[in-house]
Amino acid sequence: MRGINFVTAGALMLMGGIVIYDALRLGIGWGTEGPQSGFFPFWLAAILVAISMMLLLQTLLQRSEKPFVTGERFVPVLKVLGPLAGFIVLTDPPGPWSGLGLYVAAGLYLGFYMRWVGRHDWRAVVALSLGIPVITFLIFETWFLVPMPKGPVETWFGY
Amino acid sequence: MGLENLLLGFQIALTPTNIFIALIGILLGTIIGVLPGLGGANGVAILLPLTFTMPPTSAIILLTSIYWGALFGGAITSILFNIPGEPWSVATTFDGYPLAKEGQSGQALTAAFTSSFVGAFFSIVLITLFAPLLAEVALRFGPPEFFAIQLLTFSSFVGLGGGNPLKSLATILIGFILSTVGLDIVTGQLRLTFGFTDLMKGFDFIVAVIGLFGVGEILLSVEEGLRFQGAKTIMNMRVVLDTWKILPRYYRTFIRGSIIGFWMGFKPGGATPASFMSYAFAKRFSRHPERFGKGEIEGIVAPETAAHAAGVAAILPMITLGIPGSPTAAVMLGGLIIWGLQPGPMLFIDKPDFVWGLIASMYTGNVIGVIVVLAFVPFFAAILRIPFAILTPLIIVICAIGSYAVHNSMIDIWYMLIFGVIGYIFKKLDYPLAPLVLALVLGDMSENALRQSLIMSQGSLAIFFMRPIAAVITALAIFFFLLPALTPWLRKVRGLATRVAAPTHD
Repeated sequence: MRGINFVTAGALMLMGGIVIYDALRLGIGWGTEGPQSGFFPFWLAAILVAISMMLLLQTLLQRSEKPFVTGERFVPVLKVLGPLAGFIVLTDPPGPWSGLGLYVAAGLYLGFYMRWVGRHDWRAVVALSLGIPVITFLIFETWFLVPMPKGPVETWFGY
Repeated sequence: MGLENLLLGFQIALTPTNIFIALIGILLGTIIGVLPGLGGANGVAILLPLTFTMPPTSAIILLTSIYWGALFGGAITSILFNIPGEPWSVATTFDGYPLAKEGQSGQALTAAFTSSFVGAFFSIVLITLFAPLLAEVALRFGPPEFFAIQLLTFSSFVGLGGGNPLKSLATILIGFILSTVGLDIVTGQLRLTFGFTDLMKGFDFIVAVIGLFGVGEILLSVEEGLRFQGAKTIMNMRVVLDTWKILPRYYRTFIRGSIIGFWMGFKPGGATPASFMSYAFAKRFSRHPERFGKGEIEGIVAPETAAHAAGVAAILPMITLGIPGSPTAAVMLGGLIIWGLQPGPMLFIDKPDFVWGLIASMYTGNVIGVIVVLAFVPFFAAILRIPFAILTPLIIVICAIGSYAVHNSMIDIWYMLIFGVIGYIFKKLDYPLAPLVLALVLGDMSENALRQSLIMSQGSLAIFFMRPIAAVITALAIFFFLLPALTPWLRKVRGLATRVAAPTHD
């Protein structure tokens, strides 16, 4: 717990420093139209740096043997984060490559997670990873008209 | 004058379309409230993009109905599964779960929903009475007064929020800093973008809410290895009517809970302390305090009444001052801006149909709500029996859709992931998330109020102390900010005083 508290306070201080750097570039004083662009961010960041220093001190003084998270309890967290990142990349990877679209990626993601973590029956996996994307597609694309990233499969169906 | 306006509001709220919208909202909201990782704020944020094309009054009715539903849904998980869906349902688990384990879940749920309804109704009546008055006062406010009120809003997180005041301050500052990223509309300069075009749009509060509250909550619950093992529900008309026969006995608790809830609720972060306070009072004044914690109905009535009174009261400062009293109200306030409305007292003059339609819909929404939850409890409870390996990716996909829909941009889904990790770490380290979201929503408004105040005074901060209303509010805000630092000192002074005074007693 102490370590991660320390890192967090340090990260906040770094964030404050970066903001101050940019605020100074923008000007923190009085311009022709009142306070300059950097005025508000500068003072916010200055207080943040002061507070993160106090948080660092507080962490140094505190004794806590409790770990932030044990390895065994952290595995399920990574098992959520990993496939989630995979799902986003499959939907539409950053860069010039085109992805599979959100619905296909969602189906694959759902099926993968159900099988890998939940060890569900293959029939349930296939049924839900086909059914849920179709239902969400109908709700969002046809009912609420909210467009999601689409890929070759949707194009093939004429969307 | 208030009555005609309310009638006008009912004409809007009672159209078949708006009743249907309220019903859908309540159903969705209750599901959202029941599901882990999808609280009120997050649920409203995900569905906000769906309302962009709706008329504003119908849109706000949908969002507020989701909010009522989520408030009701929190009670279901607390009582049947001993899992408080929201921090203010923690106190409900004390007596709700023991009662459910005895096989009295129907009674416990009926008591909870009825109390919620009573608390909410009390607050709605007070909002109907006070909102126009408060708006009238607020019409005379200038930028210094608004900035002072915003200071007061955030100071109450630091001074009254409990927890580590430094951490509360830090999250407030992070929220404000994130809100300054992107184009500064006053000077036309790009701030904190460091040449990245993706940062030019800034950080949207909707994405932050979905990440921090949605994904963060899911990460936390898989880490804790939550398994839902619920009590069985027996719910029928007979149980409901039998419980309603007992409830009037606790009229004192209802009244006390409502007043505590309303009083705490229109200040930010008030619902949770209100529920605990109401519980504590009920226990102290009870003739059987020893029964509390073992399945006493009054122990459900007290926190539920207060939590809902507070949840509804959070709407009052949102519509009159443009300052939300809770994260969910903050998301709705963001919605108002997106629909092209200017939150604040001018709404009562410019858009009376919107304001009164909203107020009237609070009556209809809560009536529909209590009927729907009483009728469909088994259905809502069944949702929690869906295996978590299906629920987890499903909720995450819905969160991703909600994030993408805000600006139709992939980067927002990545932001959602990053905010999710931050939310998980912050929750574990006790950095409060609500102030961050509020600061992100209010950031632009606060900065404008500060700028305009400083322009009025030629750059002198004295303006916040020279105008009488602003001075009182600023002083109060400073007091709250310093309260955590003063408390040990005050205690010492008082401690010394008692020590000095002690010998005179003997």
